[in-house]
Amino acid sequence: MKCSEFLSELTSYLDGVLDEKTKAELENHLSWCHNCYVVCDTTKKTIEIYRDSQLYELPEDLRSRLRSAIMTKCQQHRKRGPQSV
Amino acid sequence: MGAIQNKVAGPVSEEMALVQAAKRGDDSAFEELVRRYDRNVFRIAQHITQNREDAEDVVQEAFLKAYGNLAQFQEQSKFYTWLVRIAVNEALMKLRRRKPERTVSLDEDIKTEDDSLPREIADWSPNPEQQYTQAELREILSKTIQGLPPGFRTVFVLRDVEGLSTEETAAALELSVPAVKSRLLRARLQLRERLTRYFQRREPGDGRSGGARGEDVKDKDVASGDSNQ
Repeated sequence: MKCSEFLSELTSYLDGVLDEKTKAELENHLSWCHNCYVVCDTTKKTIEIYRDSQLYELPEDLRSRLRSAIMTKCQQHRKRGPQSV
Repeated sequence: MGAIQNKVAGPVSEEMALVQAAKRGDDSAFEELVRRYDRNVFRIAQHITQNREDAEDVVQEAFLKAYGNLAQFQEQSKFYTWLVRIAVNEALMKLRRRKPERTVSLDEDIKTEDDSLPREIADWSPNPEQQYTQAELREILSKTIQGLPPGFRTVFVLRDVEGLSTEETAAALELSVPAVKSRLLRARLQLRERLTRYFQRREPGDGRSGGARGEDVKDKDVASGDSNQ
């Protein structure tokens, strides 16, 4: 397996959706190709860092304000009829 | 190296019961749907628009649209996937209004030459995020993802941050499954490449131990913005 072939399967490998045969081929490649090992490992860490980052969390006070604004507009919409949204 | 585990959404049947109650006119059921998904919609919207006020607007507009069109929701897909589709469209509209000079679309002609081949292969420090304060880390992550074209960052946020499946992402974005897979791979590799500049392992004595810590995050070359859109 070439590095480019490894890369093209990287997303499926990280998502755990590969068949056993392809997965074994990729892991064989990883066992001797240090560059692909590093790319695979740091890509996995990239995903984990973003997932765990709590980037763009909605603060509770803003959350309550948005929710009450949404519900008020929904009630107005119901009163006015379905053409108003 | 193990596979990444996705966040699992709540029980679908419970969600459907709320949707059906909301369709019958039970506003408290709809409010429960808002509570359930407002944080997700806000995150998605801010990732796409990169603007907090726009993201707030998108949350309101997306839920209002969902409310107004609830009768049209066929219940063949998850409510959340349907809601995400509405929210993504609203967020892209905001982006178009703000950047009218550019075409902003998920179908934009993204460069076809291989822009994702790894160039920086350096390994990372064992706990790279601990080299930075929370605020610095947020800024790095935010600026890094901002540098991706909207079509890439939208796929990345839906799949990897929100944990939608490839099929759900394809349905929410009206893209084919192969298009989602291809964009996801390129988004992941580009983010990895850019983060490597901050997180790579420094050898003692190279004068840069401790990563980029101490340098002004703002000066790093991740703020290339939307230059590759």
